[in-house]
Amino acid sequence: MNDYDLPDARGHFGPYGGVFVAETLIAALDELKEAYAAAQRDPQFVAEFNDELKHYVGRPSPVYHARRWSEALGGAQIYLKREDLNHTGAHKINNCIGQALLARRMQKPRVIAETGAGQHGVATATVAARYGMECVVYMGSEDIRRQAANVYRMKLLGAVVVPVESGSRTLKDALNEAMRDWVTNVSDTFYIIGTVAGPHPYPMMVRDFQSIIGRESIVQMQEQCGRQPDAVIACVGGGSNAMGIFYPYIPVAGVRLIGVEAAGEGIATGQHAASLTAGRPGVLHGNRTYLLQDENGQITETHSISAGLDYPGVGPEHAWLKDSGRAEYVSISDAEALQAFHDLCRLEGIIPALESSHALAYATRLAPTLAKEQILLVNLSGRGDKDMHTVADQSGITF
Amino acid sequence: MTTIQSVFERLQAQGRKALIPFITAGDPDPAWTVPLLHALVRAGADIIELGVPFSDPMADGPTIQRASERALAKGVSLRQVLELVESFRADDQQTPIVLMGYANPIESMGVEVFAGAACAAGVNGVLVVDYPPEEGIDFARILHRHALDPIFLLAPTSSDARISQVGALASGYIYYVSLKGVTGSAALDVAAVAARIPEIRARTGVPVGVGFGIRDAATAAAVAGIADAVVVGSRIIEEIEQSAPDQACAKVLALVADIRRGMDAATNASGGTTWAR
Repeated sequence: MNDYDLPDARGHFGPYGGVFVAETLIAALDELKEAYAAAQRDPQFVAEFNDELKHYVGRPSPVYHARRWSEALGGAQIYLKREDLNHTGAHKINNCIGQALLARRMQKPRVIAETGAGQHGVATATVAARYGMECVVYMGSEDIRRQAANVYRMKLLGAVVVPVESGSRTLKDALNEAMRDWVTNVSDTFYIIGTVAGPHPYPMMVRDFQSIIGRESIVQMQEQCGRQPDAVIACVGGGSNAMGIFYPYIPVAGVRLIGVEAAGEGIATGQHAASLTAGRPGVLHGNRTYLLQDENGQITETHSISAGLDYPGVGPEHAWLKDSGRAEYVSISDAEALQAFHDLCRLEGIIPALESSHALAYATRLAPTLAKEQILLVNLSGRGDKDMHTVADQSGITF
Repeated sequence: MTTIQSVFERLQAQGRKALIPFITAGDPDPAWTVPLLHALVRAGADIIELGVPFSDPMADGPTIQRASERALAKGVSLRQVLELVESFRADDQQTPIVLMGYANPIESMGVEVFAGAACAAGVNGVLVVDYPPEEGIDFARILHRHALDPIFLLAPTSSDARISQVGALASGYIYYVSLKGVTGSAALDVAAVAARIPEIRARTGVPVGVGFGIRDAATAAAVAGIADAVVVGSRIIEEIEQSAPDQACAKVLALVADIRRGMDAATNASGGTTWAR
């Protein structure tokens, strides 16, 4: 994988990715592709992005050796990449800064976004406030009900939150609605997609903006351990935090890349969100990838305790990494993720997001099978403050 | 020559324009689809676009989304849509049917299997909204092999190079999306559309149908003055949505017949235009 240079010019990762949209969006995507290519070559753009990451987001995020937790598990040493310490509490802001700077460069005064749990919506509302842009966030009405605190956060930041009443009224429908807004208002509007999905160039662009996570990790692991980890573990919904940490590691030999999907109540129950584990290839939201779908090709509803993993597709580059064997994909149930959540709270004094808890839970499975000298790097993609109500509910506690 | 091409040849000889109504298969119930198709023909439809319901109709506005949801609630699958076309063909072997939908149900069935089954059922053309020409080359080739016309979209924002690219793949007709937005959006700007059509005809040699935003006989008449075909969708779906099921056929017939009269009056007056190179 030394010569890894995907996607190709038309956005394909092997058979995955591409541009599967109506003709009405093609010109906008071409404009975006050109603007992004020019921005990447512009040292001033790159410098401003890095400056914002340093002073506004608080990067670099540390890599932390979870000694007590590693000891309790009795095997490999576990290191955490602390994306939870970023401004707004998750990795999502890295990408939003990049796309908002691009929007400004393209002179689009209005940004729109889709959101499920509300994390990407909050990150988008945050950067819109920071750069003085109008912001509209589409959110399924079912999710609005479940995530009232994040809806309020977005409104505090000046965003308009539009409830989506179509389909299953969740993240995938919010994405459909944001696309419809974009096609209607394309001349003054920039669509900030929150994950490594959608039509080309989004999967590539979001990966590039998030790859700061992996680039920092490579430097930090060398400094702290004198070597790279034996495995890098990250949770996968759409897959942006995983692509962010995996991408710089793709050419690094000897480092296993492990993506952890949400098994929900168990793969066999059908109540899960594990597209790579249990789905099959198809076309949704502008790209070809693994999808959870019924026998007639209709997209099915998903379940996970963590709203951020509750998506029936997955970024096309993950589909390619799975087929090529460079990355492995496993799944973790709601119950296992909750257990890891509580372990990290008690043993390390860190409250992790339920999404990230899936990656942590897989580390608890893997670490005891490895020697004490071996090293696992887990992407702690977000903090768990937003999940207080969900976790309390599970324990039968009401505030 | 395909059936769709021969329809345009005949209409051109008569100095008339094609009327292409759209309904979603299985909306409000699969039992009404075949009667609705026959009603559309009686009202003066030359070709019919039949929507294949999909769970995530990204390019459609609320009206067609709701039609899709009603059909899916009745469990309508692509296979059943093909069966409906087959039943329609028992009494009508003439009127071309174009399936319009999204890629995933077709890929789920398998493109080859779908093309064979669609041809056997009596389908004449297929428009996959999320296959732009760069992703639709293999698909168009397979359709051609099964004597099906691949219908492609063009937009006001399509470059000349893209128009030629579509011209190289498309047959039957080209569907020109008259405005920015989704289906069922606000009224279209006839003058802006008129400015683009000669260019598209010249670069593709294929008849040009115009859709999105055509809601009444007057607009349809204006579009008939400049294009080769007029596509009407959301307005018909609204009529179905607002009628009691047993009234829907009569209501749709009246609406579409009114649009037909408007179009024919306009083309009689203008003498028509030509799409042939």
